[in-house]
Amino acid sequence: MQTSTVFLVLIALSFVSFIVGRRRSRSVAVAGGGMHLLHSLPKHYGYMAALWAAMPALLLLVLWMGFESRVIHNLVVADLPVQVQQLQHNELGLYYNQIVSYAAGSSDADLLDEVQVAAAGHYRELQSTSSLMKALLVALVAVMGGLLAVQRVAPALRARNHVEGIFKWILFACSFIAVLTTLGIVLSVLFEALRFFQTIPLTDFLFGLQWSPQMAIRIDQVAASGSFGFVPLLVGTLLISMVAMVIAVPVGLMSAIYLSEYATRRFRAVTKPVLEILAGVPTVVYGFFAALTVAPFIRNLGESMGLTVASESALAVGIVMGIMIIPFVMSLSDDIINAVPDTMREASLGMGATMSETIRKVLIPAALPGIVGGILLAVSRAIGETMIVVMAAGLSAKLTANPLEAVTTITVQIVTLLVGDQEFDSPKTLAAFALGLVLFFVTLLLNVIALYVVRKYREQYE
Amino acid sequence: MNKQHGYKNTELIQASLKKRYAREKRFQWYGRLAVLTGFVFLFILLFDIVSKGYPAFTQQFIKVTVDFDADRLGVEPGASEEVLYQADYLGVIKDSLREMFPEASGRQEKRQLYRLISIGAEYQLRDYVIENPEVIGKTQDIWLMAHSEAGAYLKGQVTREIPQGDRKIKDIQMQWLDSLIRQGRTETRFNALFFSTGDSREPELAGIKAALYGSFFTLLVTFLLAFPIGVFSAVYLEEFAPRNRLTDLIEININNLAAVPSIVFGLLGLAVFINFFEMPRSVPLVGGIVLSLMTLPTIIITSRAAIQSVSPSIRQAALGVGASPLQTVFHHVLPVAMPGILTGSIIGMAQALGESAPLLMIGMVAFIMDVPGGVTDPSTVLPVQIFLWADSPERGFMEKTSAAIMVLMGFLIVMNALAIYLRKRFELK
Repeated sequence: MQTSTVFLVLIALSFVSFIVGRRRSRSVAVAGGGMHLLHSLPKHYGYMAALWAAMPALLLLVLWMGFESRVIHNLVVADLPVQVQQLQHNELGLYYNQIVSYAAGSSDADLLDEVQVAAAGHYRELQSTSSLMKALLVALVAVMGGLLAVQRVAPALRARNHVEGIFKWILFACSFIAVLTTLGIVLSVLFEALRFFQTIPLTDFLFGLQWSPQMAIRIDQVAASGSFGFVPLLVGTLLISMVAMVIAVPVGLMSAIYLSEYATRRFRAVTKPVLEILAGVPTVVYGFFAALTVAPFIRNLGESMGLTVASESALAVGIVMGIMIIPFVMSLSDDIINAVPDTMREASLGMGATMSETIRKVLIPAALPGIVGGILLAVSRAIGETMIVVMAAGLSAKLTANPLEAVTTITVQIVTLLVGDQEFDSPKTLAAFALGLVLFFVTLLLNVIALYVVRKYREQYE
Repeated sequence: MNKQHGYKNTELIQASLKKRYAREKRFQWYGRLAVLTGFVFLFILLFDIVSKGYPAFTQQFIKVTVDFDADRLGVEPGASEEVLYQADYLGVIKDSLREMFPEASGRQEKRQLYRLISIGAEYQLRDYVIENPEVIGKTQDIWLMAHSEAGAYLKGQVTREIPQGDRKIKDIQMQWLDSLIRQGRTETRFNALFFSTGDSREPELAGIKAALYGSFFTLLVTFLLAFPIGVFSAVYLEEFAPRNRLTDLIEININNLAAVPSIVFGLLGLAVFINFFEMPRSVPLVGGIVLSLMTLPTIIITSRAAIQSVSPSIRQAALGVGASPLQTVFHHVLPVAMPGILTGSIIGMAQALGESAPLLMIGMVAFIMDVPGGVTDPSTVLPVQIFLWADSPERGFMEKTSAAIMVLMGFLIVMNALAIYLRKRFELK
């Protein structure tokens, strides 16, 4: 049976439980001497029955769906002949995939051997059993939960408190998802990265000056080692981020100063949302703009001045990324400049300083920690930005500080290593997770520092 | 002496004033320049996209005199639909073209002649014949879709000034097209196909319908997960959470997740949902789950702000007449905070709509021709479709990319306008 059907049946069952629970509460109360004897409103007894019916069954459904394919996989593989089971992990995976795609009807029988055809039959059998069992068990659990709750309905039962207690736990569970997400990120990335570091030593990764993961696809290949030196990627990422900051910080900061200190209210009300459009443009659009418009323009400009510029120069990517970050820097600096108390402005102006002197000598020094924090946040954005660099930056890792050359970044390598069909266990794909680990921790560190600095700064003026 | 000194100071100040005012002026101009720079960047970006993309909304057609000869088609008159389905339409088109331009000789020239018409014309003709079987045996003028390169010439995007080696359309093809123009056999129409088909290898046949549906299903999953979970989290943290370590941990986590690069969420999706739970690749269900995890922090943070801004007197009044805390929140606080919550959610959804990096990780970069029919069909989304087309070398796809960007930006503008409208209404209250 389809999962969506099971889901609809579950909803229907809990609705029925609601009706039954509500009616039973009424009849129990009337039989006992009147509605006033009920502790809660009839609908609360209904909610209780519905929750009891839905929640355990839903949990079961989710767990079943989560583990179904793994269990079927293991059962099918366990039934395969021993010599097949002793295949290499990768080959076994391929062998199994062929079975699955044949069972699903998306490939022909002539690609497979007899064992596979038999296994596909087994697979189909298991799958239909599983979906039938799933439907039956879920329905059974739902009915039992509903019945149990309906059984308990009595005038003295504090149904409202009971329902609200359950609801508070649901609310808590929702907010705990954030913690689970972080945990999931750290564990999944860390786990795969550790497997990577079993083949490639950590020191080679952190201090190696060569990045060319292309070679390590097969063990028997010549030069199978591949080189996984992370330094060129880091340098490339920082180079592009630096170009971006050179564009974004002056423009963003000066715009924020002008809009908050000089511009009329009306001008500000029009200008700010327009500039914030830049923040709402999807990054893939910036990537397209960088690759097809800015990069050729920069190259032609450089060539007309007699320079050799790569067609995927870090300069072009950095400029476009800078444009993307302008509104980010602008609104952060805006907040921070506005947080400087007016008394400081007025004192400086009262002493006869001009507005620009006040800004440069009073406001900016006072706001400096906050601005630095904001810039750190912007840098972390630039480091984690993916689509612009994937579309417009280079693929080969080059250790250079020249913005006219093509460099590659951490995120580009993650994408190129993982997009497409690869075996999951090769060092190549695991390397992507190692890079993800580095990316996660670098951005996390930058954010923690930045938020700390900004908070300290705010406290100073509160 | 003292007096003289003071006089001197005033004079010094007077003398420096001019310089200071000049500096003030200059500083103001820097500010204006910065704002202007932002505007210029925005303008160039939008202009670049629109100027590249608008031709994609039109499609060129060429009127071809087609001889629906039954023998040539390989069918009997009055044949069944199945037979008609397999008739040789390509051959008929080729014959008709050769008849129109008998001067084409040699294999290569003939091939160039056939390339004036799109590959899709074959299917266009097939559908036409199946619908009107009576044309078999007759000769009729039919508007057929032009090949994308021929279309580019007809639109004026390719001219003779470009050396022949640098363009795909050759001089002889240009001559034929010129003669077609003279005979009034070319026409520009609105490109309805762009909105009614999925991806294709041929630029003139590629459309965004599959990507739009994929985006819709992905966003549906994202919204169904992120909205309730986000609002419930915000309610818990604002109204019920005790002040303890666990609550602090949750809050720190939410703030940090808001700054985690989106691609890391893709890695999470790949490792957990695809590899551990063995969910299928390239489906909106997984994409939606990943995007909902990514947009959760945005929704939680804005919802909390909205709940915080609800006046405490509403809570006190509700509690005072005997509502339970949960009833207070769900019957009184949330309805008041709803516009703010919706604003935040729409902004979160707009983010999710424009996001592509995490979806690359979970395989939503496949070449999808068929329009997906549900959350478990393989599909791609609009930004990823843009990414895929931007990678294609054909010039026809560049146009499509820009056009798809325009559609995407259109959706984003509508969503953001809605959010701004809600915020304005909320502020008035």
